[in-house]
Amino acid sequence: MARTIAIRVVLGLLTLLGVSILIFAATEILPGDVATAVLGQGATPDTVRVFREELGLDRPAYIRYLEWLGGAVQGDFGVALTNKRDIVKTMSPKLFNTLFLAGYAALIAVPLAVGLGILAAIKEGKWIDRTANIVSLAAISMPEFFLGYLFIFFFAVQNRWFPSLATVYSSMPLDKRIYVVAMPAVCLTLLVTAHMLRMTRSSVLAIMSQPYIEMAFLKGLSRARVIFVHALPNAAGPIITVVALNLAYLIVGVVVIESVFVYPGIGQFMVDGVSKRDLPVVQACGLVFAAAFVILNTVADVLSILVNPRLRKPR
Amino acid sequence: MRIFGHKPTITAWIGIVIVAGFLVIGIFAPWIAPYPEDRTFDDVGSYAPPSATMWLGTDQIGRDLLSRVIYGARTTIGIAFLTTVLSFAIGIVTGLWAVVGGKIVDQILSRLVDVMLSIPLLIFALIVLSLFGSLFQSVIGSLTVLICVIAVLDSTRVFRLSRSVAMNIVVLEYVEAARLRGEGTWWIIRREILPNALPPMISEFGLRFCFNFLFVAALSFLGLGVQPPLADWGGMVKENAKALGVGGMAPLWPAAAIALMTIGVNLIVDWILSINARPSGASAEM
Repeated sequence: MARTIAIRVVLGLLTLLGVSILIFAATEILPGDVATAVLGQGATPDTVRVFREELGLDRPAYIRYLEWLGGAVQGDFGVALTNKRDIVKTMSPKLFNTLFLAGYAALIAVPLAVGLGILAAIKEGKWIDRTANIVSLAAISMPEFFLGYLFIFFFAVQNRWFPSLATVYSSMPLDKRIYVVAMPAVCLTLLVTAHMLRMTRSSVLAIMSQPYIEMAFLKGLSRARVIFVHALPNAAGPIITVVALNLAYLIVGVVVIESVFVYPGIGQFMVDGVSKRDLPVVQACGLVFAAAFVILNTVADVLSILVNPRLRKPR
Repeated sequence: MRIFGHKPTITAWIGIVIVAGFLVIGIFAPWIAPYPEDRTFDDVGSYAPPSATMWLGTDQIGRDLLSRVIYGARTTIGIAFLTTVLSFAIGIVTGLWAVVGGKIVDQILSRLVDVMLSIPLLIFALIVLSLFGSLFQSVIGSLTVLICVIAVLDSTRVFRLSRSVAMNIVVLEYVEAARLRGEGTWWIIRREILPNALPPMISEFGLRFCFNFLFVAALSFLGLGVQPPLADWGGMVKENAKALGVGGMAPLWPAAAIALMTIGVNLIVDWILSINARPSGASAEM
């Protein structure tokens, strides 16, 4: 089992390496180079030349990649092009904010979605299942910002229960922070819960159509007993994958939600970087997001190996 | 009434009506919209409340919001549709190529797609869009970049599906028979594999459309998609966001249009899926 897990972790690291190459290579595929792309066509040859030297573009691509990766591993992403500040120093409080928001949402969403998903599967076809199905379909279809602005409209403008902007600062006490971040967190929760609920329901139902479940029913066991003792242990693997997939989705949802509530997180930081064409910032944020994504997926794989005895032996 | 030999359910009808309605509005926008999309009404001012002449009021610089929503249907749905078509063209061609092109081609394409899929699409799109900034100075340039970037990224998912569908078809007897008859690779792809691979791709088309539609809207909302003079739903939400602070509802209308359109397509896709009897619930995945 240890070997299978080790292989999975190494694969995860390799993926991360591939991702870093891809993020770096994306800046190389341009016609011309980064300097001309960033400065635009109006730039004089002189400014382009100075900018190229500043970026170190006169050296071969693989050397620049190795330097960039080496720096990234040691926690050094260089300085931002626009304000010359150290990227890591600017990024770390924002990263903390984003993790706080995502963790907050996950803490509500995971138990809620898994619980409701299992409930919907148990009561398949009953009103609770249908309601969950329709509500979650509606929630999936809504763009993140629609939900966000609806929340602001009803809970911050019509009724002044929550602040419309989630402004946080580093010395903020925890209880106040929880209150201020509540609206974006609940928004994210709703979005992720819908996905997770539907996928949990269908993976439990997939197990329910197996022959051994029919056998358990034919033995005369109660529906609840069949589900909790026979179906759920086997559905655990798929459910864990579903949860991890959706936590990864949370990372993407964060970008838009942060923009709606003007929350000082890493998603906002990246969007700002893109609109200012600040490449080092965009690359650094991209790598952080991608790393979180790959790590979550690897953890999910390792967990599903742990809960499924059949996967513990290497093939 | 029957469509493709099947009777739509009630929910499917609701979806069809919504989607058809938006398509008509989008195609005939200049005739339906009461005012041009870029006409500002200085006498009415910005964020005017709904009135008899302007049903949804005005936006942040005093343009008629209803007309903007109607023109936005054309831009947003049109871009999402073009993107999905392009993404399917790329995805199906590369997917089939991976299947018939031999082991090395398959390995290279599949591993590349694996790595691309391990970055969230939005993040990847943000990285790539930051590079094409200089092209954003013209409307055509920015739209081309937007459509191409999303199509290429989205085609990775189409690649996965078309590859796995085609994998199951290549091993069937009639493909073998065609090969033994001495038919060329291209002929086999076109006459034997493609017609049999298409049915499962139809519902996928709906799902990918929904995804691309929300994706374009999200990018425009972040200010990185469709650029200002054009009316599009995602961008309109962003432009009008401040109206909420003064008690207006301006950003909610285009956002509601996005939600309604997605629900409509999802309802149709659910119906098609139930015909093909594939397990549902995984619809509208990221």
